[in-house]
Amino acid sequence: MPQPLHYLRETASQTAGPYVHIGLAPGAAGFDIYREELGWDIAGPNAEGQRIIVEGVVIDGTGAPVKDVLLEAWQADAEGRYAHPDDPRHAEVAEDFRGWGRVITDFETGLWSFQTVKPGQVPARRPLGPAVKVRPQSAGERTDALGRGHQGPRRQAPHINLWIVARGINLGLNTRMYFADEAEANAADAVLNLVEQVHRRETLIARPAGERDGLPVWRFDIRLQGDGETVFFDI
Amino acid sequence: MTPAEYHACDRRRHPPALTPNYKTSVSRSPRFAALSLQNSLSEITGPVFGHNDIDPIDNDLIRNYAKEGEPIGERIIVHGRVLDENARPVPQTLVEIWQANAGGRYRHRKDTYLAPIDPNFGGCGRTLTDADGHYFFRTVKPGAYPWRNWVNDWRPAHIHVSVFGRAFAQRLITQMYFEGDPLIPRCPIVQTIPDPAAIDQLIAPLDMNAGVPLDCLAYRFDIVLRGRRSTMFENRLEGN
Ligand SMILES: [Fe+3]
Repeated sequence: MPQPLHYLRETASQTAGPYVHIGLAPGAAGFDIYREELGWDIAGPNAEGQRIIVEGVVIDGTGAPVKDVLLEAWQADAEGRYAHPDDPRHAEVAEDFRGWGRVITDFETGLWSFQTVKPGQVPARRPLGPAVKVRPQSAGERTDALGRGHQGPRRQAPHINLWIVARGINLGLNTRMYFADEAEANAADAVLNLVEQVHRRETLIARPAGERDGLPVWRFDIRLQGDGETVFFDI
Repeated sequence: MTPAEYHACDRRRHPPALTPNYKTSVSRSPRFAALSLQNSLSEITGPVFGHNDIDPIDNDLIRNYAKEGEPIGERIIVHGRVLDENARPVPQTLVEIWQANAGGRYRHRKDTYLAPIDPNFGGCGRTLTDADGHYFFRTVKPGAYPWRNWVNDWRPAHIHVSVFGRAFAQRLITQMYFEGDPLIPRCPIVQTIPDPAAIDQLIAPLDMNAGVPLDCLAYRFDIVLRGRRSTMFENRLEGN
């Protein structure tokens, strides 16, 4: 027998069930209990950036909208900064920008929507393998401490991270929502490019859908199964 | 500490998406494999909560919705620690719970079970872990309830638990069960979990040392989230 590894094992997930609202959105369950429910304000009034509305439905394998789903959104601010201490730029994030939101679907229609600011570009991972030595081509390019040139920091295309739970979903589903008007950034995004079947990348891209209350609306439908199944991530 | 990625999700520990004995999963489970990502800043960050977000009474389900009296049922404390796979505490993380009342009825507009609503019981609570990752709630023991799956399926007594951890990659919703409940092995939702040891980890033991004599019993429920790598060799998450 080799030496034992004394790691703890993860607590297993269980479905959020049909009554998830009681715990996470009691107002929707039909009662008022907390001073303030969490997750209604993703970007407070002081957060800079373009205000947008994001909406959609979650569709099951039969083509019907899922009416008891809860989604959580996690995003960077308009400058691509997360309100979290592991983001080196978090101190610059506006105080009332949390970047996290929780929404539930309408019990009749299955529609969900939230208001936020459009996120900026977040730094990407450095690619695996040895650093590529490229001489700076112009003054605008930078050199690192070893004198290696590079094209400036690699960044991800603007995106909102989404987490979806509901009755019948055993382990919360992670996906990302990108924006159709960011074609150039999307084409260069490392995560989108990881999706081998090019047509499936489309499932991660929100489309413009007019205006409401003077704000641009982005439509993002999520298909759990079947034609056009959304790409989900193991993060 | 240099930001580092989290251990890969332990897929052998969690239930698969498609579990036909839990019927609702059939039409709500993706058919394609999830695409595995290396962590970036988007995954190693997550919402941060503080004491301004909640009130001290929020973790006391015996009092947080009481109107004219206290809820009916067996009074219990539920406590434990939120840890990661490296056995490090996860401090200052939000833990939210919800449950049925002692009769097995939820205070929810969609719950039509014939057991009565308890006028003094809401059924939800929330708290932040302390510096050691410890949390506690006071509540009443929830009742078992029937649900529409196979003709006579009953949920064992359970409390739903939601935990954030430090990163979006650690986000977890699970359910806590009670030691000795004969409905646990019969429940199709419990049995979505393939590993018997992972099921045992969801069963809280009676903890007589943590109860209050002449007042309430206690159950202990520790929660383990994904661990974080130590940066023995650099593999930077930030690009350049
Ligand atoms: Fe339940």
